[in-house]
Amino acid sequence: MDSNRAALRAARPLGLALLPLAAVALFIAAPLWALLTEGLQPASWDTLVAGSTWRVMGYTTAQALVSTALSIGLALPVAFALYRLSIPGRRIWLALITIPFVLPTVVVGLAFRELLPFAGTTWAIIVAHVFFNVGLAVRVIGAVWGQLDGRLGEVAASLGASAFARFRLITWPLLRPAITAASVLVFMFTFTSFGVVLVVGDPALPTIEVEIYQRAIQRLDLDAAAALAILQLVVVVFTLGLASRLQQRLSVVGVVADVSRRERPRGTGDYLAVSIAVFVAVAVILPIAQLVATSLQVGDSWGLTWYAEAFAPSDNTTRATPVAEALWISSRYAVVATMIALVLGMLAAISVTHLKRGQATLDTIVTLPLGISAVSIGLGLLLLSIGGPLDLRDWWLLVPLGQALVAMPIVVRVVLPVLRSIDPRLRDVAASLGARPIRVWLTVDGPLALRAAAVAGALSAAVSLGEFGATAFLARADTPTVPVQIVRLLSRPGEANLGQAAVLSVILVIVTATVVGVAERARPSKSTGW
Amino acid sequence: MFRRFFSQGSTAPAVARFTALTTGLLTTGLVLAACGGTSGGETSTTVDTNGDPVVVRVITHDSFALTESLVADFEAENNIVLELIAAGDAGEIVNRAVLAAGNPDGDVLFGVDTTLLSRAIDADVFDPYVADAPLRPELVKAGLGVVTPVDDGDVCINLDDAWFADNDVAPPTTLADLTKPAYADLLVVQNPATSSPGLAFLMATVARFGDDWPTYWQDLRDNGVEVVNGWSEAYQGQFSAGGGSGDRPIVVSYATSPPAEIVYAADPKPTRPSTSVMLDGCYRQIEFAGVLRGTPVAEAAKIVVDWLVSEPVQEDFPLSMFVFPAREGVALPTVFTNFAKRVDAPLEIDPATIAAQRETWVEEWTQIVLR
Repeated sequence: MDSNRAALRAARPLGLALLPLAAVALFIAAPLWALLTEGLQPASWDTLVAGSTWRVMGYTTAQALVSTALSIGLALPVAFALYRLSIPGRRIWLALITIPFVLPTVVVGLAFRELLPFAGTTWAIIVAHVFFNVGLAVRVIGAVWGQLDGRLGEVAASLGASAFARFRLITWPLLRPAITAASVLVFMFTFTSFGVVLVVGDPALPTIEVEIYQRAIQRLDLDAAAALAILQLVVVVFTLGLASRLQQRLSVVGVVADVSRRERPRGTGDYLAVSIAVFVAVAVILPIAQLVATSLQVGDSWGLTWYAEAFAPSDNTTRATPVAEALWISSRYAVVATMIALVLGMLAAISVTHLKRGQATLDTIVTLPLGISAVSIGLGLLLLSIGGPLDLRDWWLLVPLGQALVAMPIVVRVVLPVLRSIDPRLRDVAASLGARPIRVWLTVDGPLALRAAAVAGALSAAVSLGEFGATAFLARADTPTVPVQIVRLLSRPGEANLGQAAVLSVILVIVTATVVGVAERARPSKSTGW
Repeated sequence: MFRRFFSQGSTAPAVARFTALTTGLLTTGLVLAACGGTSGGETSTTVDTNGDPVVVRVITHDSFALTESLVADFEAENNIVLELIAAGDAGEIVNRAVLAAGNPDGDVLFGVDTTLLSRAIDADVFDPYVADAPLRPELVKAGLGVVTPVDDGDVCINLDDAWFADNDVAPPTTLADLTKPAYADLLVVQNPATSSPGLAFLMATVARFGDDWPTYWQDLRDNGVEVVNGWSEAYQGQFSAGGGSGDRPIVVSYATSPPAEIVYAADPKPTRPSTSVMLDGCYRQIEFAGVLRGTPVAEAAKIVVDWLVSEPVQEDFPLSMFVFPAREGVALPTVFTNFAKRVDAPLEIDPATIAAQRETWVEEWTQIVLR
């Protein structure tokens, strides 16, 4: 027993855990510090206690709660169908429902603005949010559901437990941490949603993100904007802390099946779940089809006019940054942002799994940027670039840095469950057999982590390509990214601008889907994580 | 306050607090920057007519328009390449210029207007430069010696003539009329927080009603005023005439909107516009161009400003942007002399008052009308 503890201590790579955490903390703390120094002033009190602030907070919370409930409710049967049942074309359905999550927010906004007859209302926001987050919820819940040892259920069945009893007594308790995690994620995403709300929402009903952006950029009231960002952060830290505590309590170890087995659907329930999954997968295509239609619609007929114009050499009369240039700017940023996010996120995730104490706290810290929200990260970095000792306003790294901070928590969220799902006894065994800590990690965690990193990298690239919240604050006029250019085009009148915005959106969807699709394909089919 | 970032001498405490953090951040950043940074921007400060062309980045609002051949001619004659960047509405480009003051993301800014100029000047956005050209003196004066006036226009209430004729309703003639029950649910305006004409219209109501302007807007709200974010959403979206597809016959637009309607109409062109301008309650907007402080190509930037007030460009603006030229003695197109209204006594508020009150007014307006 004593030698076992010694081995454990040896297997805890202190340096590996603390250095990256310090780096991560610095990257998160710098913009946060800027927000705090700007937002915590006597005058901020007036902003915080204003009735309008609380109306905005109330509205933001309400739409996020409704969006979360609907997303999770829809995700449960889909996750069951895709992770527990053996259905033809499973990979395709899975890829399809994942697309929305990686779609750029402004693109989703544009699609729904053109698709929904009730665009410009709260319901349009909610529909877009559900569309956006179902895939994410399915993946988070499915990752765990797919790993549950089916034999538990078989044993229960052989002992006479009904299907309902099996779900209530076995599946539900094992699944609850995943559902909690998914709910918290979806709530965070919908609470801090920006691009979608800006494009399809009701202009008279801003959410907290839109309010922060309008205060900062349209009214240049940076103090109030920072104060609102801090208020939002308090809510988010509280929620995350609660969720982290809950997850710790619910976490169950040792139920991972060696071989995940999916069964053929049988019975009405199974077929109902399969139909819902197929319905969701098909519904995902609708807004994308709408985008393509908008990009091809020229007056009352169809044609490639907008595509031709988008790729024409720079035209002074329309003054749109040429598509090729915006794409080049976006791709360059995406590569850098992905590298930063991947390095920081992986190191953070590894550290969190290896630290024996304070896991929950660290978990919260590395997930914080998720809650600080893209808009607040953008505002924080902007304030930092203005108020720091050095003038960083034309520093090209500012945009990719902001995007990396937005993507990093997603990397952590992708990698962490995979690393956590590894039975710690495996590491103990390797260590007690004399393997050095690095060797332990490379043999036990390494292969799984690498696969997770490929997926995380692709997701980071997708996030960076479509990122709008932070980029909206940081992108300079002469270097717009594709999403910034789309929003610029949408704010101009006329069919040609709408057409070109749709063209850019279609291209961005293709690029994003390709990146994610490649990662999906590169993953071995037996892989259990996401 | 925010301005402390830009005024000299008062930044010390904030700076000190940032130092520790940014040093670390920078170390990491510099390593990365060394791997793939772009230097961005030009080094040449004088214009060499034989060497490589100088790139001048002109940041404009989204409504900027000019005949393309003029741009090409200018570039060929001056060995300058113009990069025209439409980066948002007037309010947004000015705010971003304020945030980038001294380290600009462009060389020339076009589109700062009378309602926003004080904000830009307070933040020291521009290197003072006024083009040496025969410009209307009252416009030059409004530029405060810092920027060059390029054009002006009046923001006025526009009316759908056919709607009032068909419904047998007398068109409104004063701002006060708009709160009457006869005009309930007929008016669409722009959000002053996001739109330049929207802000101008708010200024018009402040100039007219003084301290009672909140009451006026409360009355407008009770009378069913609709608020949208920008001019195009209002005029082309909600307005019932002039090419608009909506159902509101009263809109905040420009005194030059009626000739624009004729110019943009498909052939055969109508002989008369279907809209008219309410001559009461107009607010004059002057648009300026300025050289952004910190530009590496200041000399070329000045040449661009000179060009914006040159005769060919000034003659082009009426039909490309539907504004009146700032230059004296420029011939106006017939459609302009026939249908564009020139308001004799537009409402005005002095720049100092605007500078002091603008944020408070917009904030109060938001509370009254949108909440």
